[in-house]
Amino acid sequence: MLIDTKGLLCPLPVIRLQEFARQVETETEVIVIATDPGVLEDIPTWCRVNGHEHIKSEQLNHEFHVTIKALPQVELARDQEPN
Amino acid sequence: MRALSRQPSAIALISGGLDSMLAAKVVQSQGVYVEGVNFFTGFCVEGHTQAVRRSKKQKVKRHSALWCAEQIGIPMQIVDISEEYKDIVIQPQYGYGRLLNPCLDCKIFMVNRALDLKSNRGEPFDFVITGEVVGQRPKSQRKETMGIIAKDSGAHDRLLRPLCAKNLPPSLPEREGWVDREKLHGFSGRSRKPQFALAKELGITEWSQPAGGCCFLTDESYTKKLQDLWNARGSKEYDLEDVILLKIGRHIRPAPHFKLIIGREEGENQYLRGFRHKFAHMSTVSHVGPLCLIDGELSAEERVLASRILARYSRGRAEPEVTVCITDQSGVSEEVVVEPIQPHMVPDEWSLAS
Repeated sequence: MLIDTKGLLCPLPVIRLQEFARQVETETEVIVIATDPGVLEDIPTWCRVNGHEHIKSEQLNHEFHVTIKALPQVELARDQEPN
Repeated sequence: MRALSRQPSAIALISGGLDSMLAAKVVQSQGVYVEGVNFFTGFCVEGHTQAVRRSKKQKVKRHSALWCAEQIGIPMQIVDISEEYKDIVIQPQYGYGRLLNPCLDCKIFMVNRALDLKSNRGEPFDFVITGEVVGQRPKSQRKETMGIIAKDSGAHDRLLRPLCAKNLPPSLPEREGWVDREKLHGFSGRSRKPQFALAKELGITEWSQPAGGCCFLTDESYTKKLQDLWNARGSKEYDLEDVILLKIGRHIRPAPHFKLIIGREEGENQYLRGFRHKFAHMSTVSHVGPLCLIDGELSAEERVLASRILARYSRGRAEPEVTVCITDQSGVSEEVVVEPIQPHMVPDEWSLAS
């Protein structure tokens, strides 16, 4: 799955990713393409705080490609249950 | 006590500053399940110019609220309210603060929206947390406004302000024993010392301190440009592109019907290039210089004036002649040779602050 956020400034690329991730029903690999270098910091942080998995970040010319594995809501909820 | 069969849950408004971070942490440390939310209004100081300007390239570009969430270990969502937020900016029920900041309406709106959110567990939250402190802000954080926010947002006693709770009537989470009121705080006034002491106690050593706050509507230079935009349009309309463009470049209005937006450095020039399809634009040909967007229709005489202004910001500013290429919105270009305008010929009132 590709999410094209070229031309958008942070935090909008994160918001677009979040909107998609909330809909996934199975583990889904997502590549966010952006022109704002802020995604290199913000998307991995967003993954860490919300339980998704950041796979890699690359710069290709003037674009930034951030690959993550989005986990379905039900799995996140299980992970966040209190002990 | 209204016993819950599960761990109580709360949603904390996280701005990226210290107070909201402390408020969330104080409640989390009492065993409540806390998630954070940060609202994107379009006017957030986060991102935008700091991402665009190359001069800040060495600075770490991070979203402060996300960073805060990670520091205190809570999940966080960022919610785009930029479209609905227009009503708040254009016609705030409780008016503006010192500039165009509708702080009280803004807080009411955000608390209301937070109430509607669901947690990562797919459940509604039991209550809302904010980092407000009685007496800290002249417009929105006064004892009288605390009740207004709780009532108008619809949260009523499901709104907990952990940093000043002891100065307020007990909220539902306190009365029900979901949190221990004795472990909350009674901060008041503008002093930041109690917050710094609490941060130290909680092991928080770093936090974001955006100059002028986290909202451009409290920034004098920005609001001058926003007010100018509204005056020029004859109404308080705006869209997200307007909001972003106001953060970028020098804005110069030589006449009521046109404005020039001139890039201040390469990062801004690059960003402004993305708007060439929407605006007539100019650049210097004979010398290195910035890109300029033209907002409005220019007469032949005004095209020369605009070119002279642009030439002033090029490397040819001290030369007798600079060649400027003007391209209209249909893509038709024309070159003009002009003498760069001298600084004393540019009245201060043309400048809408940079």
